[in-house]
Formats: sequence, C-alpha cells, structure tokens
Amino acid sequence: MAALSEPNRPRRTWWKTTIGVVLTALMLFPVYWMVNVSLTARGSIRDGDLYPKDFTLDHYRVVLHDQLPYLGTSLLVGIGTVVVTLLISAPAAFALSKLFVPGRRTLNFLLIVAQMVPAVVMALGFYTIYTNLGILDTVPGLILADSTIAVPFGVMLFAAFMAGIPRELMQAAQIDGASQWRTFRSVVLPVSRNAAVTVALFAFLWAWSDFLFASTLNRGGGKLRPITMGIYDYIGSQNQEWGPMMATAVMASIPAAILLVVAQKYVAAGVTAGAVKD
Amino acid sequence: MRPTTWAGLAFAAPLIAYLGVFYAYPLWTNVSMSLHRFTRATFVTGKAPFVGLDIYHEVIGSPQFWPTVRQTAVFVVVSLVFQYAIGLALAEFFRRAFPLSTVLRGLFLVPWLLPIIVSATTWQWMMDADSGIINRFLGVFGIDPVWWLNADHSLMSVTIANIWLGIPFNLVVLYSGLQNIPGELYEAAALDGAGPWKQFWTITFPLLKPVTAITLLLGFVYTLKVVDIVWIMTMGTGSSQTLATWAYSMAFGKGTSAIIKYSEASVVGTILLLVALLMGFVYLFVQRRQED
Repeated sequence: MAALSEPNRPRRTWWKTTIGVVLTALMLFPVYWMVNVSLTARGSIRDGDLYPKDFTLDHYRVVLHDQLPYLGTSLLVGIGTVVVTLLISAPAAFALSKLFVPGRRTLNFLLIVAQMVPAVVMALGFYTIYTNLGILDTVPGLILADSTIAVPFGVMLFAAFMAGIPRELMQAAQIDGASQWRTFRSVVLPVSRNAAVTVALFAFLWAWSDFLFASTLNRGGGKLRPITMGIYDYIGSQNQEWGPMMATAVMASIPAAILLVVAQKYVAAGVTAGAVKD
Repeated sequence: MRPTTWAGLAFAAPLIAYLGVFYAYPLWTNVSMSLHRFTRATFVTGKAPFVGLDIYHEVIGSPQFWPTVRQTAVFVVVSLVFQYAIGLALAEFFRRAFPLSTVLRGLFLVPWLLPIIVSATTWQWMMDADSGIINRFLGVFGIDPVWWLNADHSLMSVTIANIWLGIPFNLVVLYSGLQNIPGELYEAAALDGAGPWKQFWTITFPLLKPVTAITLLLGFVYTLKVVDIVWIMTMGTGSSQTLATWAYSMAFGKGTSAIIKYSEASVVGTILLLVALLMGFVYLFVQRRQED
C-alpha cells in the first residue's frame, strides 16, 4: 500500500495511461470484433472492414425473433442456480466457521477437490443418473447440475467472510436467548450481505455461461434450452451465419457487461477469494 | 455431544447431503461405468458386465492415448507459461496507480467474464483462413495465410485463445499479491542501488512465490478440464484433442468419436478425476506451507 500513497508524477503516469489504453484495446480486440461483425450486413462480413461500414441491425432483429426463449431459459436457470447455491452454502459456511462440525477439515478438503473435478466427468455421471430418473432435458435438472459449479466456491467464500465476524456480535444475540438459527438469520446473514452478493453474482454468471451441462443434460430441451445452446445451434448448422451468431454472442455477453459496470469490486473479490490470503 | 455440535451438524447437513447426492453419486457412477462394459444397448438395460480394469488397458493401449496426453501437456504448459508471464507483467504495470488505471484494469476482466462459447466463437471467426482478421493482418506484412484451425495448427490456435482467456485471472490474483508486498523493501533496495530489474528478481519474484504456486495450480486444474474453448473452435479435431475433449466426444458421440463409448469416456474421466484429487492434496500442502 505504501507504493500507492506516493505522490503521482503526472508526466510519467500519463505515459502509462497511453500504454495502458493501447494494451487494453489489444486485449479487448476480439470483443470489439464480435460487435463489429454483429453490426455488419451479411454480404459484407467477409470483407473484414475494421468498423461496420455496411451497417445493419438486421442480425439483432433475427436474434430477438429467434433467441428470446433461450435468453429467458438462461435467466431462469441462472436465478434457480443462485437460489440453490445460497440455500446450501450460507448455512454450511456458518457451521464451518462458527460452530463445531466433526470432520471439518475433511469437509474443507472435499470442497477444494470438488472445485477441481472436471465438469465432463460430472456430466457423464449426471447423464446416466438423469436418464434413469427421467429428468434429462429438464430445467430443474440443469439447475441442479449447474449449482455444482458454484456451491463449493460459495461455501468457501462465505466461510472465509463469516470467520471474520466478531464473536461478541454473536454472543450479544445469544445472551438475549436467541437460538443458533435466530443468530444466523438476524445477525450473521445481514452482516454477510457482501459475501452473498459475490456468491450470487458468480453462481449466476457460471450458470449463464455453462455450455457443458447444457449440451449434455439439456440437448433435447427444445425452446427450454439456455442461450449457450442457441449459439451452438448456429455453429452446428450447415452454412454458418456469422452475423446472427455474433449478435447472439453479444446478447449472451450482456450479464457479464452489467456485472462489470455495477459490481466490479465484488467480481475482483471473487476472483481472488481462496487464491490469496490477506 | 455439545449443543453447538448438534447445531453445527444441522447447519452443515444440507451441504453434506448435497455433496453426497450431487458429487459423490455422479462421480461414483462415472467410476463404476469405467469398470463395466457399457455400450448403447447395455446403457439402456443397465446390465453391463463387470470387466475390472480391462477398459483401462484398452484406452491406455489405444493409439490415441499417448498423443492425446502429449497434446494435453503442451496445451496446459504453454498456456500456463504465457498466462502467468503476461499476467505478471501486466500486474507489475498496473501496480502503481495512474490516471484511469482502475478502469483499465477492470476492462481486462472482460475475457474472463464472457461465456467461453462467446469468446471461442469469436476466435474461430478471427482465425478463419479466408476471411479472418488475423490472416488479413498477417497479409499486410506479406505473410501467407495460416490454416489456423486445420489438424496441424489447431493445438496452437486453441492454446492462443486459451492464453487470452487466462490472462485476466492471472492479472487479478498476481496484482493483489503484489499489493501485499511492503513498499519499504523496495525503498531499502533502491538505497542499496538496486535497479528495477534487480528489485524484481530479488524482492518481487521470491515474495510472490506462494501466490504464484496457487495461481499456477488453479490454472493447471482449469486448463486440464476445460472443454468449451477447444470444442467450439475445433471440436477437438487434429492436434487440439485433449483428454477432456476426448472424454466429451466419446461420451456424447460427437466430433472425433462418432460412436458413443461410455466406458472409455469414463476411463479418461476417472484419470482426470485422479489428477484432480492429487492436485487437491498439492493445494492443501501449499496452503499449509503458506500458513507456517
């Protein structure tokens, strides 16, 4: 932090800003290119103009017509995943950080390993189980599968946060005769709001972005498939329509963009959670 | 048992049940399938014969196995080296605040937040041999068009895209690691006459080691298991087939495997699972050492 509090030397730092802008532009070029193609008329896409010279909104019209149900499904799946994740992870984190749970260390280890399990392995297991249960190609099935991406992360993030809640705060509630449940609900949960926001954001984003579970557990879901499958349909079709494909890709990126604008600090907190100890 | 133990168990019970039903059971199903000979027919009837480790021998003995392991290794190692090096250089660049630095650093997160299928589709188009912007750009310098997505080059192409995907994570984690290094160390070194390059190698790099270890470990696990970026760009064809995409194509009968091979897929899956377990232990070990 000492490095930050040094007085800025304006001449040198503006140079850095220029370089920084160039680097950022380079990094974000693919994103720009996606938007560029999505706004270029069909006949001119292969020209590769650096800006949408032959401008059109047709692709978006097509997408709004074709893809709205998929966007709706993605929204539903995302919200469902957030609910499942929060319901499971918040109480468990309270137990792990503030109460005594036999085998706590083992449980922590399992949570770490759970985050490392390849999704393709999970998908194969789920596929077999869902086939037997007859819940293949259903939205609840997809929500439950998607929640496995976020639950271990959620528990660990909540637990790290709740460990920092002062005991006095909880003891005050307990002297009042509050049960553990009431302590959790009326003291711990309200204090953990920021952690809950971070967990919810990531659970939503991961569910929204999921391709693997959607393409295996929800292949035959028809209109009740998420937007990632909407894009995949374009990829799989015989003559690839790059305009609508890129327009769909832009639409599928909207949640990420919103997150970045309204919740950057939560996002950064989530990325570093677990990786860096303060 | 003390009352808080009961309460603890009660609060943890949903998670324990969840891990049992949604982790242990699918993973067990996967392992069990690797020990039974499942085909399309026996998958439906559920009466696949137990064959022990036979399928493991077949998969490891198949001509595809070792080339796929080698490609996976190249994909993972090259991705990690570049992601880390670029991420660290950027973290060092952003270390001291300058006008707009927070905004620009935030924008660097975009590739990480986008659905992978979106990024992969965009890269696929940018790498199109005829109309892709990358070949056009290279053409300006008189370089012949590269067939990015054909069998020989596909490993290189998906690795490039994957490096791009991983830079934000490395940047953010390493940046916060740098913020934890006390500034006085540099002041002392500067007084001793150490230049920026020497300061980096004698202070920054050694003190960043724990963060580096965790970053590389998580990057390793992620790169080993990723399917979407490869699948969308090349369907795992040619040199871009990794263990994860191989398992995916065999399990769901697409891409390089036209026939569904559940058991073979779960063998590869189980191998990946064992690596994940091993990495879990490594993670624990690294974390313990950090605490000491």
